[in-house]
Amino acid sequence: MERTILHSDCNAFYASVEMLHRPEMKGKPLAVGGDPEARHGIVLTANYPAKRLGVKTGMALWQAKQVCPDIVFVPPRMDLYLRFSRLAHEIYADYTDLQEPFGVDESWLDVTDSTSYKGDGLKIAEEISRRIKFELGITVSIGVSWNKIFAKLGSDYKKPDAITVINKENYKNIVWSLPVSDLLYVGRATEKKLKLWGIHTIGELAQADPSLLQRQLGKMGLILHLFANGDDQTPVSKEDYRAPIKSIGNSTTTPRDLVNDEDVRIIVYVLAESVATRLRENNFKCRVVEISVRDNELSSYSKQRKIELPTDITSEIAEAAMELFHQSYHWNKPIRSIGVRACDLVDALIPVQLNLFISEERRQRLHQMDLAVDQIRKRFGFSSVQRGLMYQDKLLSAVNAKEDHTVHPHGYFENGNRTGVEYLG
Amino acid sequence: MDKAKIYVKVEAEFTTDGTLRPQCIIWEDGRRFEIDKITDCRRAASLKAGGAGLRYTCMISGSPHYLFYEENYKWFVEDK
Ligand SMILES: [Mg+2]
Repeated sequence: MERTILHSDCNAFYASVEMLHRPEMKGKPLAVGGDPEARHGIVLTANYPAKRLGVKTGMALWQAKQVCPDIVFVPPRMDLYLRFSRLAHEIYADYTDLQEPFGVDESWLDVTDSTSYKGDGLKIAEEISRRIKFELGITVSIGVSWNKIFAKLGSDYKKPDAITVINKENYKNIVWSLPVSDLLYVGRATEKKLKLWGIHTIGELAQADPSLLQRQLGKMGLILHLFANGDDQTPVSKEDYRAPIKSIGNSTTTPRDLVNDEDVRIIVYVLAESVATRLRENNFKCRVVEISVRDNELSSYSKQRKIELPTDITSEIAEAAMELFHQSYHWNKPIRSIGVRACDLVDALIPVQLNLFISEERRQRLHQMDLAVDQIRKRFGFSSVQRGLMYQDKLLSAVNAKEDHTVHPHGYFENGNRTGVEYLG
Repeated sequence: MDKAKIYVKVEAEFTTDGTLRPQCIIWEDGRRFEIDKITDCRRAASLKAGGAGLRYTCMISGSPHYLFYEENYKWFVEDK
């Protein structure tokens, strides 16, 4: 049976969430950008008024200011965007449990099963679009097609606030005239090669001789040929437990050089607390803990380790970080800066494989305790509850944990190549 | 700029079936506004005040008012 797949993309996501919260900015240019105070921030997302004047993602803030002197820069509030991302996923979940996030603001949805009672792909797309607008106050572009690749092309085709259906009747008109570079995995290098053989559009790629493509580009040549023809079989992964971002980290430059394990322990706990709090707020757990260390001569390194069970428990993250530290640092020099990062994030609701040697009951208690602390801090401020450890050095324990996120989409082939290319003769 | 979003203190109850029901809005100056009845509750954004969450339509001395339970667990009303 033919699948019905949607690709929903929140338009100018970070900027749109900011615009919702700043009604007074309506119609005015705004960009979310890294630290306007620091001179070298870049534009993460611009809203449409700013885009129209030529402001682009990745531009330096000073460049953006040049093309758009009235632009207002706001610092990113990643946790707010993550909450909105989750709200969008909750809406999608009313239509399917086959939901696969691609970055914070994009998702594929396989709605094949709901078409029997909710209407066709277009109807479902319209309903989702209407609900996102009404419930979240932002807009989406949605592509509807029978495969993931065309659904994604559809969501890019018209924006903001648009729906594009790409079906077997119109795909040659819509998709085939697009430049090959619009296709997932056609990077600069591949585009150049294809051009040499006279292939500029997706249509030309679709009609090229697959054996020639294979000879020149290997298996990827066959995959791209199949993408261009709408034959990609890659399934939409079940709303698995993958978080839309890969890691959450906090780092700090310390108010004085750290000279012994106790100093490091205080800082690591401050950082781990803030990392774990943010994991819990966003319903994530991590499977890998990373520390980064920079000494007072500014040479630095980082180390990672996998942990036994996915966790959002402060003490587990802190202890994993301390263990990494003990294994890797030998105190040749004092330390200037430390970072703790939770990586390989999964949804907190992931069913855990119980481990006989780790007391789940004790972990539950630790988790409950952390949640209680979160509650108290929400009401009375961060410093209202402190670990005993923090009283040992007021100066160190007062450091500000600086947020630093890496947000990047998971790769298309991360769960293996499931395009169906191996079935080609 | 006039503030269109006003955070308020709210007295609410959790019913035995787990529903959260606001009962009284308390203004900054201490004035209390009893909610006589809730006629609607749905997820909604407020474009006027700027925010999103659960929107309660509350009857207060005979007329309907929106009260939002924002996604950050704060309550706000839209300024008239
Ligand atoms: Mg987007």
